Amino acid sequence: MTSSTPSDPSVPSAENSAAVSIPSPPADGVTSELCIRCRNLDGWYGDFQALHGIDLDIPENRVTAFIGPSGCGKSTLLRWFNRMNDTIPTARATGELHLHGRDLLDPKCDVVDLRRRVGMVFQKPNPFPKSIFDNVACGPRLHRRYSRGDLEALVEQSLRRASIWDEVKDRLGQSALGLSGGQQQRLCIARAIAIGPEVLLMDEPCSALDPRSTSAIEELIRHLRDQYTIVIVTHNMQQAARVSDRTAFFYNGALVETDRTERIFTNPTHRETEDYVSGRFG
Amino acid sequence: MSEAAPTDMNEVRGRGRPKSRVLQASWDVFARTALLGCACFSILITALIIGILAYETSRFLAEVSVVDFLTGLEWNPLLGEEKHFGIWPLIAGTLLVTLVAAIFALPIGLVTAIFLSEYAPARLRSVLKPVLEVLAGIPTVVYGFFAVIVITPSLQWLGKLVSGEAVFGPYSAASAGIAVGIMILPIVTSLSEDAIRAVPKGLRDGAYALGSTRFDASAKVVVPAALSGIMASYLLAITRAVGETMIVALAAGGLAQLTILPWEQVQTMTAYMVQIFLGDAPATGVEFKSSFAVAGILFLMTFLLTFTGYRILARFREEYE
Repeated sequence: MTSSTPSDPSVPSAENSAAVSIPSPPADGVTSELCIRCRNLDGWYGDFQALHGIDLDIPENRVTAFIGPSGCGKSTLLRWFNRMNDTIPTARATGELHLHGRDLLDPKCDVVDLRRRVGMVFQKPNPFPKSIFDNVACGPRLHRRYSRGDLEALVEQSLRRASIWDEVKDRLGQSALGLSGGQQQRLCIARAIAIGPEVLLMDEPCSALDPRSTSAIEELIRHLRDQYTIVIVTHNMQQAARVSDRTAFFYNGALVETDRTERIFTNPTHRETEDYVSGRFG
Repeated sequence: MSEAAPTDMNEVRGRGRPKSRVLQASWDVFARTALLGCACFSILITALIIGILAYETSRFLAEVSVVDFLTGLEWNPLLGEEKHFGIWPLIAGTLLVTLVAAIFALPIGLVTAIFLSEYAPARLRSVLKPVLEVLAGIPTVVYGFFAVIVITPSLQWLGKLVSGEAVFGPYSAASAGIAVGIMILPIVTSLSEDAIRAVPKGLRDGAYALGSTRFDASAKVVVPAALSGIMASYLLAITRAVGETMIVALAAGGLAQLTILPWEQVQTMTAYMVQIFLGDAPATGVEFKSSFAVAGILFLMTFLLTFTGYRILARFREEYE
């Protein structure tokens, strides 16, 4: 990754400025489009305020990592991007949240359509208790009618893209629950990309996996970066450093700072960020 | 409290009066035996019941050939010159009532369970669940009255409306079956709902994250994942229907006939036993003994159903734990 660009307009105070800087020019020199835009986003669970005035821009076709100590609101924010928080009756949010200009907090927002565009991979691999094939096929089947041949092609492409095809091609009819944890997680990624999303949200996708599976997933994330906007929540700072282009640091429900990943890890603006990335707390 | 220095602790500890190890040990043995005895009580009772059934059945089979009993198509132990002890009319009556109950209760129970678990807002559920539990607590004799006073006349009216003739008499398998269905509805609903709720939240999240509607998530992911638990709830509910006595004794009639027509009256195995024990037959006769043989068959049927149900349930739990 290059760092030849003039540094972003620096961010003077933690709470309300951090995000205004538009994403850095990427390695190839092409400025990326804006994908997700939050302004002054507050989020609650009942009376508990989990998010405080988040201002954040997430660029298209980049990997953005959310880091921060447990309970800092990073997963909560992620779950607003595809409205997964709708499954929690007490969750609500105010402020502005747009995805390609579409208002995600609009009560009339079609969440079914939104979730087709914003796929999600969860902390714990959650394959359905069905065959490997049906796990990948069930998403596409929800939204369109496919011929058997097209469906098979789609499943194969998704599994290939998720780098698991070679391991499962001879047992597509077997239960997905027989796969190892790392394979299950890659299957879940295949399932998510089978419906052709623009954005992939990953909520600590490696926290339940061993180091080898973790590096397989990280490899996969680097590989998927060209085609998807990826937002990954992680507790593993090396992981954030390895896979992401941009990093956002959260603390106590607020966005402390966001910048190019290497800047966050080498020369952060804020004291808390520096303490966190250097392992002094969290 | 204590001004003793730490060094005196041993001295203080030594002041306690020693307890008898023998006494302690024998008390332990006594306690263990008592607990074991209580635990064995229900097993003993079960064994006793099976023993009595087996003994009386063998006495019955000394008088009536086992082939006639198990293959005969006529059950006529009380009237007429010649007595017939072919069990099939009773089994058919039992199965017909159970079938009507199952057709009525299994779909409604499953749909209710899905609604309660996946759709109902917390407040509605907090009203519906107790109502179902009240339904489960009603004595079955009340359902029997309900069948005679409400269901039977309704069926008679409906039958006349549809066919123009009085197809339904005062007793019918359908009337009793529907009442039994209402009785087992809370069992199906509650056990199925447990199974559906036990599906890990991660699977629901996975389904919703793919853009499933609530119905997609329920029908394509959650219910299939809970299927073995739902099957188990079905089997356990059917077991209750097979063994139900009071409703069928009141509403199904008393004529043991081999039929699949739900508007006919039928006699179930349980209803026959009630008839015998209420004094229609002398306690020494072959009719009296026959009720034990019928009870033995009924026991075998319900045992198999319960056993299979719990096996499926156990496998279902393994899947997610």
